[in-house]
Amino acid sequence: MSGTEGVDRPDGPTYEEWVAALDRNGFYLECANGHGSLPPRRVCPECGDTDLTQRSLPGTGTVATFSEVHVAGPAFAGETPYVTAVVDFGPVRLTGVLREVAADEVAVGDEVRADVEPDGPGDRPLVVFRPA
Amino acid sequence: MTGVRVAGVGLTPFGTHEGRAGRDMFAEAALAALADAGVASEDVEHLNYGNFMGALAERQGHQAPLMVEAAGLRCAGTRYEEACASAGVAIREAVRAVRSGEADVVLAGGMERMTNLSTAEVTESLAVAADELFEVRAGVTFPGAYALMARAYFDRYGGDREDLAHVASKNHANALVNEYAQYQRAVSVEEVLDAPVVASPLGLFDACPITDGASSVVLVSESYAAEHDLDAPVAVTGTGQGGDRAALQDRADMARTPAAADAADEAYDDAGITARDVDVAEVHDCFTIAEVLAIEALGFYEPGEGIGAARRGETTRDGRLPVNLSGGLKAKGHPVGATGGSQLAEMTRLLRGDHPNSDAVPDATVGLTHNAGGTVASAVVHVLEVAE
Repeated sequence: MSGTEGVDRPDGPTYEEWVAALDRNGFYLECANGHGSLPPRRVCPECGDTDLTQRSLPGTGTVATFSEVHVAGPAFAGETPYVTAVVDFGPVRLTGVLREVAADEVAVGDEVRADVEPDGPGDRPLVVFRPA
Repeated sequence: MTGVRVAGVGLTPFGTHEGRAGRDMFAEAALAALADAGVASEDVEHLNYGNFMGALAERQGHQAPLMVEAAGLRCAGTRYEEACASAGVAIREAVRAVRSGEADVVLAGGMERMTNLSTAEVTESLAVAADELFEVRAGVTFPGAYALMARAYFDRYGGDREDLAHVASKNHANALVNEYAQYQRAVSVEEVLDAPVVASPLGLFDACPITDGASSVVLVSESYAAEHDLDAPVAVTGTGQGGDRAALQDRADMARTPAAADAADEAYDDAGITARDVDVAEVHDCFTIAEVLAIEALGFYEPGEGIGAARRGETTRDGRLPVNLSGGLKAKGHPVGATGGSQLAEMTRLLRGDHPNSDAVPDATVGLTHNAGGTVASAVVHVLEVAE
């Protein structure tokens, strides 16, 4: 018998559920005071509220910062150079790889949408951004 | 509360120690510190040991008892892990143990072995200090994370790669005479700007190297120092620690490091000083932008003003506040789990007057060390003062 059998899962969504939903109905968590956060999470990290509700992620976000990475770890070694970016989606920010745009064409403030590439480097789902 | 004196310090040279086990490097630093202190190894009551990636680099967890053994101590040890601030927090806890009266003599420091791994393996091992789900899986490397902070800083406050290049050039110049430094060679601003890109806007010479090395300090109570007639003129008068969200995306502002500001505020209050009292500082410049963020968080500069400090000659060896006279992580090297201990060792030597760069700060009485973990999700600040 595995150690986790019969144990209730946390009330909120898992990271895997969150990333799997990014390409159709991406979401974030919101507490009663309007703070945004991402799963897995039981408590709002801003105020400690435990009443977290799933909300739809805004359709587009804006690039807050980015970098073209030339030296990577083993999982991303075949991907270099790639552009990693942090994108503002209103109450939350997401980090991912920017697709379909060259590094010298990116600027802070560019509008993008979030997507997921299943089985990315390391065979794990990869958060990506594409031009909106 | 008893005062805490730095009785002795010890370092290995920082660089490539091919084929040397971590325990051998730590033993070298520990024995050097005990000899410098004139303290018998059997008087050491606890080892506070910092290490970050030993389980990956040497397949060796549970390192503290090994290091007790290697250093010839007869006491228990505890490993502290706070990414690149591991030795900083090990020292902070040693200070607290001595102050509380729980111990009179604590050996603190750290060790990291890194060059036996490939660059890709080191990149992956260091990335573990970031948020695994929301950063590492998205391809964020350690240099990549600081590059994201650099871009956010440029976008918010201005400044450019040439400003950062002056930070690198300054710290390499300081390392020229430091026998413990990995790179004792000058690097011009042009060389920094021409180096290959690691993660834009940062190039190879904006980054600290991959380094092996160890550090140790012997911290004692004032009463122990007096009873044993130790020559220990430098006291740790302030300690502080701050924390922040692990992932950059979750920070309120990616161009600031509030964990360091909180650590500094606590350390200043503890020592009863302000930022204006600091004569010389060793800050965590794992990347050039990190030094800029540090000198702002520590209260030496307003946000947005630190970027030009090296270029204006204010933080150079002949400036009003010399920063990283050791060469910093940038030129001295960054064996991550040892770095916080090396900062305390270098600052002690600078204040005692036996550092090769002590002549740059002959009248200095107050020094500050700033040690950061990850992208400053943790930070430890210490204030050192010449007590007699």
